[in-house]
Amino acid sequence: MTKYVGQSIKRKEDYRLVTGTGQFVGDIRMANMVEAVFVRSTHAHATIIGIDISEAQALEGVHAILTGKDIDGKIKPLVQFESHCALPPNLVEAINPTIHFCYEDVLAKNKVMYVGQPIAVVVAENRYVAEDAADLIKVKYETLPVVVDPFKSLEKGAPLIQEHLQSNIQSNFHVTTGNAVQSLKDANHILKARIKTPRVSSNPLETRGVVSTYENRTNQLHVYSSTQLPFEIRTYIARSLDLVEQQIRVTAPDVGGGFGPKGGVHPEEIMVPYLSKLMNRPVKWIEDRLEHMTSARHSRDQIHDVEVAYNRDGTILGIKDHFIIDSGAVNYFGLTCAYNSAYHLRGAYKIPNYDSTCQIVLTNKTPNVPFRGAGRPEVVFVMDRIIDMVARKLKMDPVEVMRKNMIQAEDMPYDQGILVKDGAQLIYDSGDYPAALDQGLKMVDYEGFREQQKKWKKQGKLVGVGISTYVEGTGAGPFESAYVTIDGSGQVVAYLGASPQGQGHETVFSQICADELMLSPNEITIRVGDTANLAFGAGTYASRSAVNAGSAIQIASAKLREKVLVVAAAMLEVKSSDLQMENGKAFVKTQPEKCVTYKEIAEAARPGNRCKVPAGMEPGLQVTHYFVPPTVTFSSSVHIAMVEVDKKTGFVELKGYSVVHDAGKVINPMIVDGQVQGGIAQGIGAALYEEIVYDEKGQLLTGSYMDYLLPTSMEIPTVEKSHQEFLSTRNPLGIKGVGEGGAISPPAAIANAVVDALDPLEIMINLLPISPSKLRNWIKEAERKQYKIEVG
Amino acid sequence: MEGIKIHLKVNGQDISREVDPRLLLSDFIRENLLLTGTHIGCEHGVCGACTIQVNGDPVRSCLMLAVQADGCEVKTVESLIQENGELSHLQQAFSDNHALQCGFCTPGFLMTLSSFLEENSNPSEEEIRKCISGNLCRCTGYSNIIKAVKQAAQTVSN
Ligand code: FES
Ligand code: FES
Repeated sequence: MTKYVGQSIKRKEDYRLVTGTGQFVGDIRMANMVEAVFVRSTHAHATIIGIDISEAQALEGVHAILTGKDIDGKIKPLVQFESHCALPPNLVEAINPTIHFCYEDVLAKNKVMYVGQPIAVVVAENRYVAEDAADLIKVKYETLPVVVDPFKSLEKGAPLIQEHLQSNIQSNFHVTTGNAVQSLKDANHILKARIKTPRVSSNPLETRGVVSTYENRTNQLHVYSSTQLPFEIRTYIARSLDLVEQQIRVTAPDVGGGFGPKGGVHPEEIMVPYLSKLMNRPVKWIEDRLEHMTSARHSRDQIHDVEVAYNRDGTILGIKDHFIIDSGAVNYFGLTCAYNSAYHLRGAYKIPNYDSTCQIVLTNKTPNVPFRGAGRPEVVFVMDRIIDMVARKLKMDPVEVMRKNMIQAEDMPYDQGILVKDGAQLIYDSGDYPAALDQGLKMVDYEGFREQQKKWKKQGKLVGVGISTYVEGTGAGPFESAYVTIDGSGQVVAYLGASPQGQGHETVFSQICADELMLSPNEITIRVGDTANLAFGAGTYASRSAVNAGSAIQIASAKLREKVLVVAAAMLEVKSSDLQMENGKAFVKTQPEKCVTYKEIAEAARPGNRCKVPAGMEPGLQVTHYFVPPTVTFSSSVHIAMVEVDKKTGFVELKGYSVVHDAGKVINPMIVDGQVQGGIAQGIGAALYEEIVYDEKGQLLTGSYMDYLLPTSMEIPTVEKSHQEFLSTRNPLGIKGVGEGGAISPPAAIANAVVDALDPLEIMINLLPISPSKLRNWIKEAERKQYKIEVG
Repeated sequence: MEGIKIHLKVNGQDISREVDPRLLLSDFIRENLLLTGTHIGCEHGVCGACTIQVNGDPVRSCLMLAVQADGCEVKTVESLIQENGELSHLQQAFSDNHALQCGFCTPGFLMTLSSFLEENSNPSEEEIRKCISGNLCRCTGYSNIIKAVKQAAQTVSN
């Protein structure tokens, strides 16, 4: 029955966005509006001795200046987000976690914990004046010892970041299945490696921003934020400011990219609403890029120490992993990335013995939160480097080692022997990973390439191929909501809890709804990103919207169709099974001229004594459905990178990039391909360019686009894409999530390709990004070693 | 601060305003003229989101002061749409080829490209890549933008 689901419908959102008539937070203007600027810590760790605002306050056009002392007792500190941190009891039992409470004042009161932390806020006529005033504020600090290296942070006597804790280990846990220690004894070989993924910044092109207005008459705050989670913002404003949720409406207007760090709640999202209530006028704050680089939360930053047990034939018997996440000064998301990492490491492979210990460590850096992939790119880099290293040690082709260890189609559904973060057993629902690998190898003519490669290398052309695979739990719960109605004019309007940041929600969800209600997507209005529309909503993160909001709207629309038919049947005095629907009409199958329109049905469904809704049913044509997924659903992918390395400069050129992916039922192929291409571009950035760098004093060295490199059109090839469609068994349409996938594999695929290009030179790439200077050093080092062996 | 009087043409309209000498052209366009299609992504000249056309050339409005635009002819993304409300070839091609996701970078790309296409109506892929290499997009991975430019060029030349 799917007419529109599966089609590349053009996006409804595009018209406003290409004409410059979209509305982002920065575009919102209100009468009487003033602008806020935050004064931020210039030290990574220091006690605040005093803040002198006198000069700033005297500046014309300044309306208010608040420091941590002014809000003490009035605004509660930000603490970790319960909705992302709560663990089901069976998971707690299985992994025995320790999680210490940590927090951050909305404006730092006594001490600062990272450069960029907000310590005061200035509200003025406009941003120019506010910045002038901020410059006049004098903060007196007494510096404290700074710790930026998580290993140093673990040492006894290290300065405490969160002072009420005994140590800087904010949390830890242990997950295990089989017997990894025994496997290390049984195996022919053991490989040990330290593999790191650096800290990166998500960098949506639109920075963060908040506009808040307070309405006296209704005692209501209306907050606009460039957020992924309007409902969560509402909850935390209420909690922090001691308001009830009904006093707060949060709208996410057009949002210019999010990628994870625009999820969660930032101090500014609490402070600006507070100011607008306090001053009883609209207040706006728009983050600038330097603020974004320092204060908007970062991600990744993991170090894995792995021991791998493997046999002569390439079979991997077990992996023992100890990993550290550098969480910066606060951990807001509990075990989200950490446990994602732990449960995803083995990916598409059967490795029966697995043991992973994690420590989340605090340092004097900006807090670390989930970013596209959320813990998966890190461990896929680990796992695929392992496969590659094992293969090279054994002088096998990496593909052989992959095949040897891969989960087979007939093993599905496959149980990995541990739990998902939601407490369900980690069982892959559907997929055929070896077939995806074969499909990918065919796409790049792997055999042919291997033949050619020898010739090229002889000619001095260092080309290589690298492969990465992943299996990703997508569509995380707890739920998503859809409220579908037919209004008095016969128009279908659907409201969803999941708001978009460019993923095309207005288009894809209207496709699903259109199929259920026998209309075209253009006849359906989708409203998203507003807490006024629904009682509950979750949001867009974790590749979850298509799965959860898609299922919610599908079920809600189907239920609405039933109701429409029941009312139409009463109107036409026939059985509803005699009816059919098409083009906004219900008609009698055998007598198509006997029909009623949606408008007429809506009219007949209105409450009153002419209401045709059968007794026992609510009048009106509206249905709300909350979809609660049984657990995550598993997307998967094979990525193949082709590179050429310039040995003299260390420059890596991407010659080609191919992907085979399975996202279950595809609602809109054009949008799915767009997500894949965009995700891969971010993954390529992580592989080759992007890194947040701090010096030993905790000063950020990559605070602008001159220092933090993002890939441009010159660096991102057009990715060759090919699909599998193994439906998920965990939702009615068979959807799996696709938003993050693209970003997961590129670092691993590209690192493997670079190693391959340089073979027989023995390069270890267990560190990102693969920048020319780093690679050049690795090459030199490897050449030196090789030389030594020759003379020795 | 003393205001300075400037006269300029924006999207075909004559504008006279008194502005603060330090006012950025990008802020002038967005705040004073309320043309919010021009976006600010970095304010240091790298991302290209704020690109407009000044006397026909693409320019980063975050790197220019409003007073420097005195006497100039300025075009912003709002000028691209046709009078009957239909999209220009380039805008249409962006939509047809899914060359935008969040759309925040889009006005900057459109302004860079519409001026480029006037000078080079049949660009090669390499030329397109070079042309847009000063505009960052964090969502699309660029390839659909390149596809869109090819389509737009073709439509115009047909
Ligand atoms: S905002 Fe002007 S180039 Fe980025
Ligand atoms: S479409 Fe989002 S930045 Fe380009």
